[in-house]
Amino acid sequence: MFLDFFKKSKKNSAQKAKERLQIILAHERVSNKAPFLDDLRKDLIKVVAKYVDIDPKEIDVSLQKDNSIEVLEINIPIK
Amino acid sequence: MSGKVLTITSGKGGVGKSTTTANLALGLALAGKKAVAIDLDIGLRNLDMILGLENRIVYDVVNVVEKVCKVKQALIKDKRVDNLFLIAAAQTRDKSAVKSEQVLELANELRKEFDYIILDSPAGIEGGFRNAMLPADEVIIVTTPEISAVRDADRVIGILEAHEKKDMSLIINRINPTLVKKGDMMSKNDVLQVLSIPLIGVVPEDGNIVSYTNIGEPSILHQDSPSGKAYKNITQRVLGKDVPFMEIIERKKGIMETIISFFKEQ
Repeated sequence: MFLDFFKKSKKNSAQKAKERLQIILAHERVSNKAPFLDDLRKDLIKVVAKYVDIDPKEIDVSLQKDNSIEVLEINIPIK
Repeated sequence: MSGKVLTITSGKGGVGKSTTTANLALGLALAGKKAVAIDLDIGLRNLDMILGLENRIVYDVVNVVEKVCKVKQALIKDKRVDNLFLIAAAQTRDKSAVKSEQVLELANELRKEFDYIILDSPAGIEGGFRNAMLPADEVIIVTTPEISAVRDADRVIGILEAHEKKDMSLIINRINPTLVKKGDMMSKNDVLQVLSIPLIGVVPEDGNIVSYTNIGEPSILHQDSPSGKAYKNITQRVLGKDVPFMEIIERKKGIMETIISFFKEQ
């Protein structure tokens, strides 16, 4: 109907729910599985900063699943 | 005989665990299997009322594990179906009254007598939930298509994957086809894409369930009801039969029905 025409331009709420869930759950699955990631990140910053100049904010520690192998990925850009 | 232990859980409360337990236990008994449903929601007993057996309870599950009575004395026989029994939760105690090992021991004892032991887990992921998980051969996770229920279901799935390594399957409960069509409720496929465990059932939202619960007669005893049909299908799948999933579609009202319901609503 006439009003439906305007409604359709808005993303429907079910789609939004699904997207929000996928984002939050991706995050929660990792932190529940590897609750040590935060501590590991802090320790890494301490150790690496002793030897090279780094920006702590740039350090990225994450657990990835590649097929059936789990990979701990650590990214440390040097200044 | 070595029976199978099925645990019904959800994470979030109020999504239909006890209703699912009641219907599945009745369905299995109606299919000729000897089934016992155990309410493990200690302190918040409910399965007895859903099954309409609340006036027959003498002993409960805490009495059994504390050896106040024999297991046989706590088995409440269903009034409608011969093969169905209930062990009620204690109402005056709390979750700490039973330990995981005691539930495991009870379940193992019942395996000798029953084809199916269905454990109704309490909501949450604490002690009571763990009690219900330990003896399980299969875990059925109930969710509704709402974000809180799906998120909590995912948490439960994560815990079971990490520690318990159980066979899991999913029931999506209370799907409202009108809302799905409007795009205001996640569809079966949306939920499956998020949770990615095998589906064992979809149950449409069914206004009758409230009145069935009011009178203590689960929907599977009303086979003409949409939810009753859905639970019958789930029972068949639990028994290993390949039953197609029901299409949950909007029921179109005829013009006469619309007129009648208009007057009824007044």
